[in-house]
Amino acid sequence: MANTLSNPFDPLLGLQRALDTAMSSDWFGVGTSSRGSFPPINVFQDEGGYVVVAELPGVARDDIDVKIHKNQVRLVGKKTRDYGEGVSVHRREREIGHFDRTLTTPFQIDVDEVKAEYRDGVLALHVPPAESEKPRSISVQ
Amino acid sequence: MAERDLEVQAKRELEPEKEKTVPGKYYVPYTDIYENSDALVVVMEMPGVEKKDISVNLEKNELTIEGHIDFEKYKNLKPVYTEYNVGHFSRSFRLSSEIDQERIEANVANGVLSLRLPKVEESQPKKIKIA
Repeated sequence: MANTLSNPFDPLLGLQRALDTAMSSDWFGVGTSSRGSFPPINVFQDEGGYVVVAELPGVARDDIDVKIHKNQVRLVGKKTRDYGEGVSVHRREREIGHFDRTLTTPFQIDVDEVKAEYRDGVLALHVPPAESEKPRSISVQ
Repeated sequence: MAERDLEVQAKRELEPEKEKTVPGKYYVPYTDIYENSDALVVVMEMPGVEKKDISVNLEKNELTIEGHIDFEKYKNLKPVYTEYNVGHFSRSFRLSSEIDQERIEANVANGVLSLRLPKVEESQPKKIKIA
């Protein structure tokens, strides 16, 4: 029986399921994945192209460098922490260090139209395809 | 200490003692805890959680922190390649020292919550002079 109740948490479940499914698929081919590199990246599609989302908790805005070249998106930066002197540490789980990661898109990027937002430790890059990549309709003579 | 290259810390899914009433995945935020002479400081990574969506609760000695993600942002987005899942964050700690509940300070920056839990006077170390 179909669930006809409108549940405000359905989008959550739907998204989590969709992400799990995409994680187990081989969309970008076998063996070419760079999973394990920091930061972890999710790529979404919307009407304007790709949306590349990366989790960078604790990384300052000024410590993130985004470089776009042809069909590549490169994220470079560093994650630091400063707790001051003379503290006794009970628990240390957060990792710090450098990151440098490049992602290749299956299309040439319209470099001037790329938008980057950084909020609450999440970087979102809106990556539209270049004009030359868009389909054109040809009139039949 | 030489800085090193970062590797991904896979998100740990929460295994709650009691089940949540709301379905969906919860994750355990990566946390540092340190102590100085007058306070205990809890630093938690909760990327994507806005300040208004964080709740901190201290009951007896049990500190519970929850952070909620706004899933509206993901509307109309179709995943094509994913490396991590998104979900709310939740974690609890039993505190060893007594905390002055009135003076707890919370601060959020770049998806990292810093909680400063001041110790009550009695549990601060006192220097005893030897006569």
